[in-house]
Amino acid sequence: MEKTKYSTEESIPFWRDERVLRVLGQVVFLVAVVGFFSYLYNNMITALAAQGMTPSFEFLGRTAGFDIGESLIDYVRADTYSRALFVGILNTAYVSIVGVFFATIFGVILGVSRLSTNFLIAKLSSIYLEILRNIPLLVLLVFWYGAVFITLPRVKEAITFGPVFLSNRGIAVPWGIPTETWSSYLMVLLGALVVAIIVGWRLKVVGDRTGRPPLISLWSSLSFLTVAIVGWFVLPQAPLVTDNPVLEGLNFSGGYVFSPEFMALLSGLVIYTAAFIGEIVRAGIMSVSKGQHEASKALGLTSFQTLRLIIFPQAMRVIVPPLTSQYLNLTKNSSLAVAIGYPDLFAVGGTILNQSGRAVEVIALMMGLYLSTSLITSVFMNWYNEKIKMVER
Amino acid sequence: MTISISDLAPPTERYTVLGWLKRNLFDSFGDSLLTVFAIWLTYAMLKPSLAWGFGEARWNVVADNLKLFMVGRYPAEQVWRVWVVLYLLAAVIGFTWSVWVKGKEKAGFVLIGIPLFLALLPFGMTTRLMILALDLFGFLGILLGRGDNPSFKRWSIISMLLYFPVGIVIIGGLTGDGGFLPTVKPDLWGGLMLTILLAVIGIIFSFPLGVSLALGRQSSLPIVSWICVGFIELVRGVPLITILFMMDLMLPLFLPSGIRVEGVIRAFVAITLFSAAYMAENVRGGLQSISIGQYEASHALGLSGFTTMAFIILPQALKAVIPILVSQFIGLLKDTTLVMILSLFDVLGIGKAVLGNPEYIGTSKEVYIFVAALFWVLSYGMSYASQRLETTLGVGER
Repeated sequence: MEKTKYSTEESIPFWRDERVLRVLGQVVFLVAVVGFFSYLYNNMITALAAQGMTPSFEFLGRTAGFDIGESLIDYVRADTYSRALFVGILNTAYVSIVGVFFATIFGVILGVSRLSTNFLIAKLSSIYLEILRNIPLLVLLVFWYGAVFITLPRVKEAITFGPVFLSNRGIAVPWGIPTETWSSYLMVLLGALVVAIIVGWRLKVVGDRTGRPPLISLWSSLSFLTVAIVGWFVLPQAPLVTDNPVLEGLNFSGGYVFSPEFMALLSGLVIYTAAFIGEIVRAGIMSVSKGQHEASKALGLTSFQTLRLIIFPQAMRVIVPPLTSQYLNLTKNSSLAVAIGYPDLFAVGGTILNQSGRAVEVIALMMGLYLSTSLITSVFMNWYNEKIKMVER
Repeated sequence: MTISISDLAPPTERYTVLGWLKRNLFDSFGDSLLTVFAIWLTYAMLKPSLAWGFGEARWNVVADNLKLFMVGRYPAEQVWRVWVVLYLLAAVIGFTWSVWVKGKEKAGFVLIGIPLFLALLPFGMTTRLMILALDLFGFLGILLGRGDNPSFKRWSIISMLLYFPVGIVIIGGLTGDGGFLPTVKPDLWGGLMLTILLAVIGIIFSFPLGVSLALGRQSSLPIVSWICVGFIELVRGVPLITILFMMDLMLPLFLPSGIRVEGVIRAFVAITLFSAAYMAENVRGGLQSISIGQYEASHALGLSGFTTMAFIILPQALKAVIPILVSQFIGLLKDTTLVMILSLFDVLGIGKAVLGNPEYIGTSKEVYIFVAALFWVLSYGMSYASQRLETTLGVGER
C-alpha cells in the first residue's frame, strides 16, 4: 500500500516548482527588459556626451527666438521655449476642440442620412463615406492646403460672400469686439448657466416623480438663451459690436482672419473624421433591434418619443466608446499640421528641437503630453461607460 | 362575398419604376425636398469637377512622372525586378487560391478584375501589356494548383512564407555593385513601391511582436503583463508621427556609435513598433473570443500551457482576427504616407517633389487627386475583396 501513496516528503525540485518558476521567469524577463533599455540608454548618453550634451530640461527657460504664425496668447520671439511650447499646446487644443465639434455634427448627419429611406440621400452619403475612409488623412490635408486654400485668389481679388472674404491669406469673417459692458455680460451668462442648471435639475426631479421624462436639455437651453438674450438688451450698451473685415492695402483689417493653415487642417480633420463618425453612428443606430421600434410603437409612443427615449439611449451605449477613440484620433492626427505649417504642439516642438538640438528631451516632452491627453480621456471614458452601462437583470 | 388571395391583383406598384420612385424618392413632402436637394448637390459638385477633370486639368504631370510615382528613384534599368516581384505575387495568389478554395473559385474573379481595371488607365501600351501579364501569371498559378495533391497545401504555405523574403531580396539586390542583382539601397526605394513595402513589412514584422505582446498582456505574471500594457498604451497614446520622428532622430543615438541606419530602415522600425501595439490589441480581441472551455479541455487532455497556446488557442484566435488584420493593414497603408514628413519619397513625398519642379507649378490638384485615387483604389479594393472572401469562405467565423 505504501507504493500507491504519493509521497509528500519528497519535494519537487525547485526548477520544476511552478511557484518558483513564475517568480524566476518574471525576474529574468525584467532583467532582460531593463538590460535592453539601459543598453540603449547608455548608448544614447555616450552619443550625447560625444556631442557635449547631457539630458536636461533646463533649456526650456531659454529664449525661443523664433516666431509662431498664430497664437491664442501673446507671444513674441523673446519669450521662452516653454511659452512657445504652451502656444503649441493651446493651438492643438484649439483645433482639436473645434474639429471635434464640427466632425460630430457632420458625422451624425452623415450617419443618419446613410440610413435614410431616401435612396439618393442614402447613396450620396455612402459614396462620401466610402471615398473619404479610404484616403489617407495626410493626402487630404496637403490637398486642402496646397490645392485649395493656397490657390485661392490674392487678397485684392478675394472672393466675397457678403462680409466674408476668401483669399490666399485666409478667410476673413466678421468678429465681435467686446465693449465696456462685456465683463458684466459674462456675469449674465454665468447667471444664465445657473438658471439652466436649476431648471434642468427641477425638471429631472419632476420627471423622476411622475415617470414622464420631460425634454430636459431643450428647456434648459431655452432658459439659458432667454436669460442671455434678455441680458443682452437690458445692459446699457451691447456687449459686443460687430467688426467687419475691410480690404486695406494688401491685407485685411478688422474682423477675424482664419489662416489658410488652420482652415486646411480643420477641414481635413473634420471631413476625414466625420466619415468615421458617420459609420459609428450608423452602426449604433442599427444595433438597436427592430423589436425595440415595434415594442415602443405598440406602447403608443410617438416616433419622436421612440427616438428620444428608446433608440437614442441604447444607441449611445454602442456609439460612445468608438466615438471617443475617434475624438482621440482627431487630436492625435492634428499633429499632421506640421506638414502644412500650422503651429501645433508637434510643429512647435519640431522647431524647438531644431533650434536647441535637444532631440531626446523635446521628443519625450511631446510624447508625454500626447500620452497624458490620451490617458486622461480614456480614464474619463471608462468612468462614463461605467455610468451608462446597461443594467442587467 | 369573400375575396380569396388569388383574386387580388399582384402588388405591381412594388415592381414599377414609378412605384420605386415614389417609395424611395418622393414618399412625402420632406422626402421630395431632400431628393431635390440631393439632385442639386450632385449637379453642383459634379459639373465643375467633370469640366475640370476632362478640360482644364493637366494630367500630363502624372503621365510624365509615372515611373517616379510608382518606384521613385529606383534605377530605371532595374525596374524589371519590380515586375518580377509582382508576377510572383500573382502566381502565388493564383496557386494558393486554387489549392485552398475548391469549388468556390468564382469568388476569386474579383481579383482578376484588378489588372483589367488598371490596364484601362492611361499608361503606355507596354505598361498595359505588362499589367495584363499579371493575370497570365495568376492563371499559371491556378493551373499549377489544380488536382488533388495533398502536398499542395504545404507548398502553398511555404510559397507564401518564402514570397516576402524572396521579394525583398529581388528588390533590394544581392550581388553588391555588379552582377545579376545589383544592390539597390533602401534610400532609393520610393513611390508607390515604398508605400506598399512599408505597409507589408510593417505588418509582417509586427505580427510576431504583436502576438507576443497580446499574450504578455494576458499573462498571469504581473510584471510581464505590466510591461506589455505599458508598451501598448504608450504607443497607442501618441501619434504615429512622434514615433517616426523619435526613431528618425533617436535610433542613431540608441545604437552603438558607428552604425549608420538609412532613413527608410528607421521608418520601417517605427512603423513596425507602431503597428505591433495595434496588432496586440486586435489579437487580444481574438484571444478573448475563445471560450474558457477550450483552455479547460486542453488542460484536461494533458497539454501544457505552451502547447495549449500554440496548438489550441492561437490558431483559433488568429483565425478569428484575420478580417480585422486586413483592415489594420489598410489603415497602415494609409498611415505610411506620414514618412513624407521625414522627407522620404513615398508616393506622397514623390508628389510633393514633383510639384517642386517649376515645370509643373499649379498642378497640385492633379497630383494630389492622383495620389488620393491610388490610395482609394488600393484600400477600397482590398476591403471589398476581403469582404467578398469573408462571406464566401466564412473566414472569421468559428
